[in-house]
Amino acid sequence: MSLFDSMTIASTALSAQTTRLNTIASNMANANTVSSTAADAYRARYPVFSAVLEDVGGDGSKLGVKVDSIVEAGGEPRQEFNPTHPLADENGFIYRPDIDTATEMANMMSAARSFQNAIETINTAKQLALRTLTLGK
Amino acid sequence: MAGIDNALGISPQVLAIRAQRMNLLSANIANADTPNYKAQDVDFASAMRTATNAREPMTARHERHFAIGNEAAAANVQYRSPDQLSLNGNTVEPHKEHAAFMDNAMRYQVSLNLLDSRIKGLRAAIRGE
Repeated sequence: MSLFDSMTIASTALSAQTTRLNTIASNMANANTVSSTAADAYRARYPVFSAVLEDVGGDGSKLGVKVDSIVEAGGEPRQEFNPTHPLADENGFIYRPDIDTATEMANMMSAARSFQNAIETINTAKQLALRTLTLGK
Repeated sequence: MAGIDNALGISPQVLAIRAQRMNLLSANIANADTPNYKAQDVDFASAMRTATNAREPMTARHERHFAIGNEAAAANVQYRSPDQLSLNGNTVEPHKEHAAFMDNAMRYQVSLNLLDSRIKGLRAAIRGE
């Protein structure tokens, strides 16, 4: 039944956007994490989406979106001179992740909107499927 | 069976194409944030032409056969050309996809209503009420 495929497709979007929201939450939570070396510092994580197109134009059951990978992106950790900090290295530096909270917030809103869109799609497909089931009654 | 197929008119084919189109549109909406994704849609007019030109109603008698309607829609999938290109190569324009999705859902319901009244009419005729 094709209308159920529509729901499956939209639910792949729900999973993908949930992953995106999770990485954003992780980035925001770690915006103020301090570490002693640049290598240990937290780096912003972002999911990479890719389209699932195995079955283009077939029965449509394999369309959708998937999270390909989660990459560590963003700039180099910011070096900050703070000799009194307990995590400061021998030169008195600490390292903070290069996370822009405004960017993360904008990203979060985009993810939330896409999530809503997918839910709307599922709702419409559900209504149509229910109406199809009552055909002739 | 052919008699009942004829009595139901073109609505079943329309519903099948509409459902197929709905899948493509939900895939577009699902991939609104996917880099390099190209939005697709069914050319409804030619899909209908393919469906109505089929000499007899299609039945899946073999595992590799398509179910009715899918072939018509599948043969007429095309890529959308966007008004504005986005930097990541994605051609989905969410507002357009939403409008098309809603439009498609409404038209699906129209066909559903037509089919519904046909079935009711047939039933009344069978019962002789």
